[in-house]
Amino acid sequence: MTREPIIVVKDLAMGYGDFVVMRDLNFTVNRGDIFVIMGASGCGKSTLLKILIGLIRPLRGKVLYGGTSFWETNPSERERMMSRFGILYQYGALWSSMTLEENIAVPLQRYTKLNPSQIKEIVSLKLSLVGLAGFEDYYPSELSGGMKKRAALARAMAMDPDILFFDEPSSGLDPISGRLLDDLILELRDSLGTTIIVVTHELASIFAIGENSIFLDVDLKTMTASGDPKRLLAESGDPTVRRFLTRGEAGREEK
Amino acid sequence: MGAALGDIATQAEISLKRQEDRKLLVVLSGSWRLASSLPSADEFKKQIDTGQVQRIAFKTDELRDWDSGLLTFLIGVKRLCAEKGIAADLEGLPYGVTRLLKLAAAVPEREGARKKLKKETFLDLIGVKAIVFWRSTVEIVNFLGEASVAFGLLLRGRASFRRSDLVLLLEECGAQALPIVSLISVLVGLILAFVGAIELKMFGAQIYVADVVGIGMVRIMGAIMTGIIMAGRTGAAFAAQIGTMQVNEEIDALQTLGISPMEFLVLPRMVALIVMMPLLCLYADGMGILGGIAVSMGMLDLSLTEYLNRTREAVTMTHLWIGLFHGAVFGVLVAMAGCLRGMQCGRSASAVGEATTSAVVTSIVAIVVATAVITFACELLGI
Repeated sequence: MTREPIIVVKDLAMGYGDFVVMRDLNFTVNRGDIFVIMGASGCGKSTLLKILIGLIRPLRGKVLYGGTSFWETNPSERERMMSRFGILYQYGALWSSMTLEENIAVPLQRYTKLNPSQIKEIVSLKLSLVGLAGFEDYYPSELSGGMKKRAALARAMAMDPDILFFDEPSSGLDPISGRLLDDLILELRDSLGTTIIVVTHELASIFAIGENSIFLDVDLKTMTASGDPKRLLAESGDPTVRRFLTRGEAGREEK
Repeated sequence: MGAALGDIATQAEISLKRQEDRKLLVVLSGSWRLASSLPSADEFKKQIDTGQVQRIAFKTDELRDWDSGLLTFLIGVKRLCAEKGIAADLEGLPYGVTRLLKLAAAVPEREGARKKLKKETFLDLIGVKAIVFWRSTVEIVNFLGEASVAFGLLLRGRASFRRSDLVLLLEECGAQALPIVSLISVLVGLILAFVGAIELKMFGAQIYVADVVGIGMVRIMGAIMTGIIMAGRTGAAFAAQIGTMQVNEEIDALQTLGISPMEFLVLPRMVALIVMMPLLCLYADGMGILGGIAVSMGMLDLSLTEYLNRTREAVTMTHLWIGLFHGAVFGVLVAMAGCLRGMQCGRSASAVGEATTSAVVTSIVAIVVATAVITFACELLGI
């Protein structure tokens, strides 16, 4: 079944002032994809994510959501588009002065007309989905790193977003927790049809969940590969991509 | 790599032996450790500068132990050899040393990575400062504009922030500040009374200490001291809270949910200080007068009734309103400075510290400037 494009990136360049971090980025994310943005540390993965979610402007190029140019539209339309995103930040970014219930309730209060008891029920549901039932009254400081991540995911999912963005979701997680998170990501896509964009360099995750991807080369400052990560591993002739996907083993064999 | 504990470390030594085929043998002996004093490569450099050496080799039979001290020396030797085009045979070095030397050279320096030391002329410095000043001014004006818009939304009942946050902030800015405001205000009242008493006593006019303390505290000093206390206490706290939220990406999370950080974070803080500052000033005025009473009754033998009557005659409603107006203005300034520096905070722990310091300094400067402006305006208006 062909999925229609939900995000189209054209000739994107990003950087700070005169310093170009990445240029000539062209890729398409289809609805329901699990799309991985990968590359070495410092290549600009998180910067690209921030452009996609509206926190940083690109130096040039376009980001199209459903045909509408995100950065060329008016602020209120952009805000409406952003209301359909859910974002899991690298360290969770839970508001430390609020309980988990209050954290997850914020988008519901902002974008819906639900009454407080309805919101409370939805919050409980979201926490249950991430395995944190009963933790509504806990503050982020009272949780472990893995629990904070899951709570932050519950907040990202509060509005049943069309697109979920994950920034290094496995960072700080033990292998089992990382695997559980991968399973949850797959479940979200399979159950809700959510499109998922993951920024990561965690190979186990990339191969477990990635269906489509781009590879950002930090030295060439552009994307040098795209496609299914497993296919790239089997077929890519680019030595940098191969070295990345084999955790450096490809480079050692050649020597 | 290491010697057994308790072994006596022998001095690191190097000797150089010329051999046939233009070869230089470098003999390393003793303990080449960072803790001991290491020989310099000067003698080695002299030898290779003669131009009669084509290759070097190493002998380390007498080498006792080594650490990064030896590695650093050898990296310097390798660099000198590379400059002169001299081949270096590393075979005579311990196995661990050759492995580490290989590791150090494995990833060559990335082109353009090294920061170039730029020598700034005085003109460069002025230019940079001017650009930074201009950008800072633009940011401040933007911030003021956004704060005004948010305040307008508040007056129309359309601002979105949590009422519970406002209540907590009112408690933090108000009730929790009472102890420190009490202490400082009583002491300031004491000081004013004491300083005034010294001169007034000479003319038998000690009763006018009540005027000095009353007018001084109510019209200006109560507000200034409260403003400075709140700048150090509350302005810094606002900058630290918001700055830490910046570091933790909590403000990014608000923005991507379409929630204005100005309405959600800055507005309740501004409202809390605008409401609480005049009340705190009033309280500070009372505490200051109490300090004055203590000095007057203790040092000047004035009775409480005399003092209070004189205070009531001296202090007018105009003085009070001017004092409260100062308080409200200072509240806005402290809140704006704290929140502005918090929002401008970088993404590191040291940036939070800088934001906090900057918030206090900005608040205090703003308070002093505002005092001057208001005093001048009052002078023009004849009040």
